[in-house]
Amino acid sequence: MNMTADIILIGSGITGCAVARELSRFNASVLVLDRGSDLAEGATKANSGIVHAGYDAVPGTKKALYNVRGANMYESLASELGVPYRRCGALVLAFDEEDKKTISGLKSRGETNGVTGLEILDRETLLKLEPNLNPEVVAALSVPTSAIVSPYEMAFALADDAALNGVQFRFDEEVVSVSKDPDGGFTVHTARETLRCKVLVNCAGASGAEIHNQLSEEKLTMIHRRGQYYLLDRAAKQPFDRTVFQCPSVMGKGVLVSPTVHGNLLLGPTAEDIDDPLDTATTSSGLSDILKKAARTWSGLSVRTNITNFSGVRAHLPADDFVVGPCEGCPGYFEAIGIESPGLSSAPAIGLDLAGMIAGYLSLSRKEQTVPYPVPPVPFHDMTPEQREQAIQQDPSYGNIICRCEVVTEAEIRRAIRRPVGARSVDGVKRRTRAGMGRCQGGFCLPRVAAIISEETGIPLKEVTKNGGNSLLLSDTIESFLKKGDRDHE
Amino acid sequence: MNERHVDILIIGAGPAGLAAAISARECGIESLLVVEREKDAGGILRQCIHNGFGLHRFKEELTGPEYAQRDIDKASELGIEIECSTTVLSVSPDRVVTCVSASKGLQIIHAKAIVLAMGCRERPRGALCTPGTRCSGIYSAGTAQRFVNLEGFMPGKRVVILGSGDIGLIMARRMTLQGAKVLACVEIMPYSSGLNRNIVQCLHDYDIPLYLSHTVTDIKGRERLEGVTVAEVDDKRNPIPGTEIEFDCDTLLLSCGLIPENELSLGAGVEISPATSGAVVNETFETSVPGVFACGNVLHVHDLVDHVSNESFKAGAAAAAYVRNEQHASPMIAVKDGDGVRGTVPQQIRSDTDQPVDLMFRPSAVFRNSAVVVECGGKELVRKKSMILTPGEMALVTLTPEMLNNLPADSITVRIDSSL
Repeated sequence: MNMTADIILIGSGITGCAVARELSRFNASVLVLDRGSDLAEGATKANSGIVHAGYDAVPGTKKALYNVRGANMYESLASELGVPYRRCGALVLAFDEEDKKTISGLKSRGETNGVTGLEILDRETLLKLEPNLNPEVVAALSVPTSAIVSPYEMAFALADDAALNGVQFRFDEEVVSVSKDPDGGFTVHTARETLRCKVLVNCAGASGAEIHNQLSEEKLTMIHRRGQYYLLDRAAKQPFDRTVFQCPSVMGKGVLVSPTVHGNLLLGPTAEDIDDPLDTATTSSGLSDILKKAARTWSGLSVRTNITNFSGVRAHLPADDFVVGPCEGCPGYFEAIGIESPGLSSAPAIGLDLAGMIAGYLSLSRKEQTVPYPVPPVPFHDMTPEQREQAIQQDPSYGNIICRCEVVTEAEIRRAIRRPVGARSVDGVKRRTRAGMGRCQGGFCLPRVAAIISEETGIPLKEVTKNGGNSLLLSDTIESFLKKGDRDHE
Repeated sequence: MNERHVDILIIGAGPAGLAAAISARECGIESLLVVEREKDAGGILRQCIHNGFGLHRFKEELTGPEYAQRDIDKASELGIEIECSTTVLSVSPDRVVTCVSASKGLQIIHAKAIVLAMGCRERPRGALCTPGTRCSGIYSAGTAQRFVNLEGFMPGKRVVILGSGDIGLIMARRMTLQGAKVLACVEIMPYSSGLNRNIVQCLHDYDIPLYLSHTVTDIKGRERLEGVTVAEVDDKRNPIPGTEIEFDCDTLLLSCGLIPENELSLGAGVEISPATSGAVVNETFETSVPGVFACGNVLHVHDLVDHVSNESFKAGAAAAAYVRNEQHASPMIAVKDGDGVRGTVPQQIRSDTDQPVDLMFRPSAVFRNSAVVVECGGKELVRKKSMILTPGEMALVTLTPEMLNNLPADSITVRIDSSL
């Protein structure tokens, strides 16, 4: 069987997209497979959206290495790709002497890792900076280089850039099995087809260990650690300018209260070990746990303006570190697994590193020219009146507001569908444009967004989905529904 | 940039905006513009194809579109300009409105008076913090109504309805008539928040069970909805373990309350009442910002469109009087909510008003054989007996100018006397 591509990469989360973009700079054919119907459907769409400075990871670990390197790449990458990013800074709160020891430990750990600007602030300074903090706070570690980013929008932009430079993406491709062939290549069986490649890259997030264990003698066990969140309306007044953490524990960085790049407020996550990596339900105990813990940070806590709850599942390895690089005993197989926090922060650095290793293995040459990433348009929501007027003059569909809560125009929704790796579902449009992400949660715009998707893609309206698979929005037209109903009764 | 000056700008061409426009024109205002974000006038009535509208105003039972059409025809007869497919982006305190449309681009409209008539939106799942998965098949009742009545699509086959607001009740019947199976209507409160006539005509007549003091505690289904768990709640609205009932359904409709859509009003600096989530107004429906009026569901959520029209006629006339400088400053009487009363509108009355004033509010619970009492400084101004008062039906009591002129104090209190 012929090679389908030189390189097959499994997983289109933030790590997979970052690796794919770096690989697109080399002369090789690259195919990305994802079991989801869109990019970033796993933990990438459901995390805290923090670019961590790097004070938390144990020095010498891959987490520490990639976190600091990745975080340093973010600002220019985000500006190049037009992805919302803001260096808002962070605080790690201490409430007693024990906590004070912890934050001073974090400070020296951060300094060892190369994080700059770390400082311990006293209570008085803190309450001046963030007057809505719980006044019981006694001190905090100030982390001025901590930043926030839109994680899925970063993945979309990385994937678009990769696609413009020749990388192919295939969705609804669940990898069933992988095997090493006698010729040194790999065979990949998906639920739909059999594929071949010279190099296999595992960026499969929650399924990372499953794929690893088919190719490596050294077996890994993945722990699926779910994190639930509250997301508050951006119309609500923000209590904090910075991301506010409590002291970390063995289960993670604890419950944070943070602004998002879009001006919402995020509370969470929980940390619960679950069996099913795809179980992204929220639970009443998880949600009440967040409220209890977040109230310790924010004494005026109110979730009256909550617009949605969601959860994501971390891919945690018991060794508590990332596995990045070639896999011993299986030449041609590369992996990035156990990419939990600070995975978002680390992704650009992992992408660069892993692609470099793969290029070395295949002796790939760099492309002489790459297709430059087109300057992304400013969202209508953020345009000045002059920019708005000009946009409507060039494309009147900019004058047609589809999502009233987030002020998203028809032009932007059509563009989201026409992007190199474009939206095919209502959630795909939502994450690319924010249509349906506001306080009415799509109550008004859903029928209109579904109609535009149908028009742009040719998918009949009743086959448009929320997020792929069987997540259909509609059952049938009322006429044929009645006819079928009559038959059922006969 | 396209700039324009008008005497009165009305935001929204639903029943409130249309009535305000008709009334302002009938008061002689020539320079009048209505802007509407949808492609047609009529507001939410366009998708309310059931009957029961207009009993008070027209003494007839009309469908929503028929009711709206009467006002649209009247507006057209009066030559009122309605600009559809136009979304207002902002309203400033000095009444400069920025709006946008595909045909005219960005427009700046300077208005001497503004009537806010943007209506309301439905509370989404997030507002309820209902746990579970985020599958497809969960819609607010109004979104489902739009899919069925305007787009011609059924959202699903086996339906549970959370909340017993009027749109949810109407949709229970609509989905049933259209061939779906409605398994249950689940209400967290011990009483329905809908009109009694809708409980009877939409649930009882179709044998759809109403579970009072119950709520949805879990939502299941990875892609499309596969089922919900319903449990009884205690008097603090916490689910009682052991009372769970599982429903196998592909559709969950939410009818859990409506929220006046006041984002534009907030931008204009209009004071918002926490009780109604609408503007604080006086008896002419003028808000805290001079020359800005509010009426209909953006002011407070109504259950009868007839009341919306009635209130909006007054708001339109008041806006006209404002434009002509016919208003004058006068001392205000504050209207306060007493026992059993929530969100009385208006919140202020000019002490020298020469018109009767309707006080509208929602009872905070169900009261049988009780009376609505309006008092001032210990003196009873009016007492209106009622067989039943429920949160699902807006209560109304009328004060005459004689009652309001020369009051002994500068505030009046509305309360429910349940000691009868």
